[in-house]
Amino acid sequence: MSKLVISSIGPASSVQDGGRPGSQRYGLTPGGAVDRLALAAANVLVGNAPFAAAVEIGPLGACLTAHQGAVRVALAGAPRNVDIAKRPVAFDSSMVLADGESLTLGFARGGSFSYLAIEGGIQGEPMFGSLSVNARAGLGSPYPRPLQNGDELQTVAASGAADRRIELPAVTDAPIRIVPGPQDDEFGDDAKALFLDSEWRISATSDRMGYRLEGPVIKHLYDHNIVSDGTVNGSIQVPGNGVPIVLMPDRGTSGGYPKIATVISADFGRFAQIPAGRGFRFKAVSIAEAQKELRNFVKLIDALPSRLRDVENFDLNLEALQDANVAGSAINAIDAKTWHVPD
Amino acid sequence: MAASLSPPRLLPSGDSAVTVEFSRNIDDAANQRVLALDQALAREPIDGVTETVPTYRSLLVHYNPLEIGFDALSEQLTALAEQPVPPVANARCWRIPVVYGGEHGIDLEDVAKTLDTTPDDIVARHVAGDYRVAMIGFTPGWSYLSGLEKFLHMPRRQNPRLLTPAGTISVGGVQTGVQCLAGPSGWHLLGRTAVRTYQLHRDPIFLLEPGDRVTFATIDGKTFAEQDRAAESGELIAELIAP
Repeated sequence: MSKLVISSIGPASSVQDGGRPGSQRYGLTPGGAVDRLALAAANVLVGNAPFAAAVEIGPLGACLTAHQGAVRVALAGAPRNVDIAKRPVAFDSSMVLADGESLTLGFARGGSFSYLAIEGGIQGEPMFGSLSVNARAGLGSPYPRPLQNGDELQTVAASGAADRRIELPAVTDAPIRIVPGPQDDEFGDDAKALFLDSEWRISATSDRMGYRLEGPVIKHLYDHNIVSDGTVNGSIQVPGNGVPIVLMPDRGTSGGYPKIATVISADFGRFAQIPAGRGFRFKAVSIAEAQKELRNFVKLIDALPSRLRDVENFDLNLEALQDANVAGSAINAIDAKTWHVPD
Repeated sequence: MAASLSPPRLLPSGDSAVTVEFSRNIDDAANQRVLALDQALAREPIDGVTETVPTYRSLLVHYNPLEIGFDALSEQLTALAEQPVPPVANARCWRIPVVYGGEHGIDLEDVAKTLDTTPDDIVARHVAGDYRVAMIGFTPGWSYLSGLEKFLHMPRRQNPRLLTPAGTISVGGVQTGVQCLAGPSGWHLLGRTAVRTYQLHRDPIFLLEPGDRVTFATIDGKTFAEQDRAAESGELIAELIAP
């Protein structure tokens, strides 16, 4: 067995996986990684199942050291400056930490959360099928709380597999798409228009329960209290002060404020990564369009292994070219540095 | 009977959930229809439905849109919602022991003053109630009970408390509740129970189901302390008195 010892880590960093849906009727929130695509990309890079447990690292930095053997890890999500023993290393890639070597991560740039996946996963005791940390419910493994300095993550020794990088679709800053409802009828046309036509920013006081939005005040037609009903990831509730809150994976399972709209599943991770203070907009789409985008998103996750590339000699990567040709895609070897397999 | 039920409103909660809304208000008849639809879905599952969350007035149905679309699901849910509501008498009934007042229920005196009666009268009225788990939500095991006597209806506190103890029994608005974990609350604290409605490494982890009936029984502080220790080691403490 090898392990990663955390010598320093910022707040809002915790072990997260695909979460634990299935007990929301008992008030247990599903939790899980806020950016599923980044979680899956990091895991696929080290040969894990896409939604295996990884370290979700908050906006500040971290430093982890391999002990009792080499550990193979991968990073995806919000990019940062990263080095192993002062050697700079790349994001969206796997890498090996030799016994005693440290991985040092700087602040997140252009996002909030990065994912550190560990080959062989993180050893822990699943509760409701998940290692995800939910401190309020006393759930999460190996620690039922956010990670702290000195914590240890047990894992397996590096297999010796070649390091890989992954080519992900470029991140867009297109509007975050929403489906109106379920309580959009609690708002007048002018309030709904203001919601869709305004530039918004995510408040620095946001957390895994909810992201507070900064922008205009959204007024209710009637009372700001409704009888509590169920919530989902991406529910946009508007409390009495008119400041919308987007509910995140550690949300309460029910809430008593009207929900003007819901962030679509395919855009949820991209929304979660918008850095505090950066402007963005919402755009309303139909349920049908949101579901089509979700199908595409699921396809993208399923196809992540086909986006893996060798790290060395990728200027002319014969093996990958061959794979791609077998898959039926025409590849021009001259452009081998930039090609990717079409979806 | 079935023909007289008005159809629920089907409200999209994003691309993977639909809110089946029977009423906009806290309404016992609506809650019974919510629980009936929840039970109907458990008996006759719809392919693609992944999870249901009953609340006072609506059932949130999570689904996988790769397996079923919004329109097809809405149609099936509407048909199920027309089925007659089964009688409440068939539900499980739990007796939950509570130590009222003093350090365990710091608002009991104030509630009595506000309602112009004695703490004993508040306790007698609260214990006399026959309640039903209308929903569980907010935090694990937080059970919202319907059936609170009108006399005990009270607005919530102006300033919610940031921390109230695990096992708190309280009243707020037209509801009473069993709070499992320590946490914030704007309700009025009447007492505490040693019963854990949510406890890891116990079978069952969640004690109460939406639709269960609940009655309360008074105990003294010494009994509470004993029960609290027993509950810590996994005993249910709550007593199943029916069916």
